[in-house]
Amino acid sequence: MRGPLLSVRNLRTSFHTDVGEARAVDGVSFDVHAGETLGIVGESGCGKTVTSLSILRLLPEPPAEILPGSSVVFGGEELTTAAPSRMRELRGNEISMIFQEPMSSLNPVYSVGDQISEALRLHRGLGRGAARSEAIRLLAEVGIPEPSQRVDEYPHQLSGGMRQRVMIAMALSCDPKLLIADEPTTALDVTIQAQILELLAELRRRHGMAVLLITHDLGVVAEVCDRVVVMYAGQVVETGSVQEIFADPRHPYTQGLMASLPSVESPGRRLTSIPGTVPNPTAWPGGCRFRERCGRARPGCSSEQELFALNAVGRSARCWLAGAEAEPVA
Amino acid sequence: MTQYVLRRLLGSVPLVLGIATIIFFLVNLAPGDPTLMFVSPGMTQDVIEQMRANFGLDQPVHVRYVKWVAAMVTGDLGFSISQSRPVIDVIGEVLPNTLVLSACALAVAFLFGIVIGTIQAVRQYSLMDSSTSVALLFFYSMPSFWLALMLILTLSLFARNVWEWPIYFPASGITSVDYDFLSFGAQLRDRATHLVLPTLSLALVLTAGIARYMRGSMLEVIRQDFVRTAHAKGLPERVVVFKHALRNALIPIITLLGLYIPYLFSGTVFIEFIFAWPGMGRTLVNAIFQRDYPLVMAGTFFFATMVVFANLVADVLYAVVDPRIRYE
Amino acid sequence: MSDGIVGAPAGTSPVPRRRQLGGRLLSAVLPGAPQLAAGRWGVGVMALLAWSGLLAVCVASPDRLWSARTGSWDERVALATVVLGLVAAWGWSWRDVGLPDRPKVVGVSQWDLAVRAFSKNRTAVLGLIVIVALYAVALLTPLITPFDPNLQGDLRTERLIGSSGAHPLGTDHFARDILSRLLYGARISLTIGFVAVGISVTIGTLVGAIAGFLGGLVDGVVMRFVDMVISFPRLILLITIIAIFEPSIFLIVAVLGLTLWPSTARIVRGEVLSLREREFVQAAEALGYPKRRIILRHLIPNALAPVIVAATLGIGNTIVLEAGLSFLGLGVQPPTPSWGTMVADGRDHLLNAWWLSTFPGLAIVFTVLSFNLVGDGLRDALDPRLRS
Repeated sequence: MRGPLLSVRNLRTSFHTDVGEARAVDGVSFDVHAGETLGIVGESGCGKTVTSLSILRLLPEPPAEILPGSSVVFGGEELTTAAPSRMRELRGNEISMIFQEPMSSLNPVYSVGDQISEALRLHRGLGRGAARSEAIRLLAEVGIPEPSQRVDEYPHQLSGGMRQRVMIAMALSCDPKLLIADEPTTALDVTIQAQILELLAELRRRHGMAVLLITHDLGVVAEVCDRVVVMYAGQVVETGSVQEIFADPRHPYTQGLMASLPSVESPGRRLTSIPGTVPNPTAWPGGCRFRERCGRARPGCSSEQELFALNAVGRSARCWLAGAEAEPVA
Repeated sequence: MTQYVLRRLLGSVPLVLGIATIIFFLVNLAPGDPTLMFVSPGMTQDVIEQMRANFGLDQPVHVRYVKWVAAMVTGDLGFSISQSRPVIDVIGEVLPNTLVLSACALAVAFLFGIVIGTIQAVRQYSLMDSSTSVALLFFYSMPSFWLALMLILTLSLFARNVWEWPIYFPASGITSVDYDFLSFGAQLRDRATHLVLPTLSLALVLTAGIARYMRGSMLEVIRQDFVRTAHAKGLPERVVVFKHALRNALIPIITLLGLYIPYLFSGTVFIEFIFAWPGMGRTLVNAIFQRDYPLVMAGTFFFATMVVFANLVADVLYAVVDPRIRYE
Repeated sequence: MSDGIVGAPAGTSPVPRRRQLGGRLLSAVLPGAPQLAAGRWGVGVMALLAWSGLLAVCVASPDRLWSARTGSWDERVALATVVLGLVAAWGWSWRDVGLPDRPKVVGVSQWDLAVRAFSKNRTAVLGLIVIVALYAVALLTPLITPFDPNLQGDLRTERLIGSSGAHPLGTDHFARDILSRLLYGARISLTIGFVAVGISVTIGTLVGAIAGFLGGLVDGVVMRFVDMVISFPRLILLITIIAIFEPSIFLIVAVLGLTLWPSTARIVRGEVLSLREREFVQAAEALGYPKRRIILRHLIPNALAPVIVAATLGIGNTIVLEAGLSFLGLGVQPPTPSWGTMVADGRDHLLNAWWLSTFPGLAIVFTVLSFNLVGDGLRDALDPRLRS
């Protein structure tokens, strides 16, 4: 069996702030295999966006720092120590990224065609004319009507959904092996959300790329992901396939997330919410970080929790109650 | 676009008229009789009255106002009392000198200000950033007339007489005495060396202001999402900063163009005075000292109108740089 | 005032008696030193400077101090400054040492937060110290100047001499002591700057608030007028007015004050326009409060932050303008010493006596620099968006 396309091991990213070190991502590990869609789920502030930005090293340093001992291996190549020039070769070419806010993620003073062409000319060495016609083709591929006119328009002339399609066209321009989508639908209307998700799924099939989807929306995860990583307070608290996570959540936090989700099968059920908020990253609580919000907390939870493997194919949970017989993941 | 420019031009007509009105009443309601400058002892009252009539000063103020505005509209700016020739001739002679000096200073200030501010923003928190900030604030706090004297002291007088440097710059005039006898290339060189110190004196203070503003604007822009998008495309830092961030950061800087033009013209008064530069500022100061009211009014009016025009240019530039405004 | 974030709440951790006693003793001898030791360098330096500086004045010239009792108005003001300054520095430090450590999470009001943000800004506090010192010097001039600023020395032997023991900054072309003239010049610059900006801020705030609140025709007319005045290069407007009338110090203050207010009015109007849409103003209108009350009690206090910043920067600006007018001979008239006139005087002696123009110019630069530092600090401190 081939190794994973992207392998993140013990990723720790901190921000050095006036009030101390904020350990936004604190020892995260997961794999993304070629062609699959992996979802990272969690509340805002859990470190999922920082994780995605750390992979491409897009965080400004300082104040951010990817701590030594972290490892991000892409296609057999270590990224945390790669030269900046090598990172630039990969960005937008092998690994692309789309962001949450299509409104502000496009440069307001350049036409969308210019912005798509830029990556093509940089990574594929196309000339001005060739890049332009390729940009028009890409706009058509992501479902923008009248692409040959739209190509000369500016971001403020497009709707939010259109802009996100432009972002996707830009990300796809160099046929990346991995697409990181950070909350790609959060800022959009519900009907547009579905269209964008459908588009992403279709493009993934057509291009055979892997997708790392960052979201707080379990509905989105259920719709498009193969496997799920649940994050809480800078750590991975549970991993597994979509079926496993939705059918049998093992970590109390995941269970809480599920309970907050409306369901068609049992419409009369009361929705529950998880009390409290994510703790402060400058001072994570000792022991299990979910302890203070957990309904099943008991004295044993005050010791540091490890990620327990629940089966041999990547199912794990960071809770000693999840399976007393389970072995900790090395 | 053309329509927009035309609309703005029309909109500034009342503003210019208002400015002319303020100047007229300011000068004409003030105490002091301009004819007294030309009165010698022993002149009879009749002669003085005759002179007043010649200058048109015997009529009531509102009549003079209407006549003045009517004359201005037809391009007749009056007759300079102190120089004994039409005001339009005087201004036609000195205005180009002021425009050359101002344009040089503006170009130097914006070029250096933008570059320094951008580099500072990109290297925020570095020693370079903080030390440059201190230096900029120092220049920003400097009166241009004192800076001019210090530049003369060091780069002209001391460089030539005390330190005996191979290069020093002339401290007065726009050309050397022997200008007419020089070859064309040497003439150009001569003019350029005469421009150096006045331009620097005017530009350094503005440069500091622009750089300070640019740094702030750039810092705001490089935190925005589209800059991250540009990085995520794999663009080198240089392209991200100078293509994607710079053009956005320039938008607020354009306001400074309209804002700094009045400062610049105020500065030219000192600089032309100190460097004996035959421009509008020096002419205006001399006219004020000699109570040459027609020249004072026309000169002040020209300066104020150029400020209005500069604001118009700034607005049009906005539309050029920012496509969001272009289509509104 | 303190820099820390976490600290003991008031009352729960009394200062140990011995430390308090040491602080008391230290503050009795050197007010400001205990505060400095506690890391509160801004207030510490200020108290220490006031104490040692004023004491130095007393020690250096006790006879002048004594004769000032019955001297001119100027001298008596200076004497009062010395006495009150000493008492204030000593008394404040003594009282301050006795107070329990301030609970460090005091910042509830916007002003508390702004004060804390400002006192964290070292360069801004430094600028404030310089400004306070400058105003103190301006008040003390009759006691501390080595010479009468208009006293001419021997024109054959003492003219245009460089730095020496008797004249630390040299003498000018009339053999007058430059340091003394510089110190007297500070009074002119600082007074004109302060008064002119005071006038313009008052007028500008009122006009801007009224125009913004009433809107409609009033707003249109006033703002068109403001646009026109702002279109004049200010210096050119100033020299035109001053040359028409006879230059005097009152005229200059009046003209400087009356030409600056339009920019303040513009700022205030902008603030008021956005405040008008806010709920608390609409509530006041709905309650039927009189317009005057709404403008004075609700609008102006909330629009004040940018005005304070503009005023601080405006003082520096006005000092430069006044110096410029004096440089052209249209400002303060000789023989009254003014920094601008002194720079102009040195123009004819640049090569053989460079110090004539250089020192007054440096005085302008450092004064204006201080106002700019404080203005920048205030802007950062008063802008909630910049506070973390």
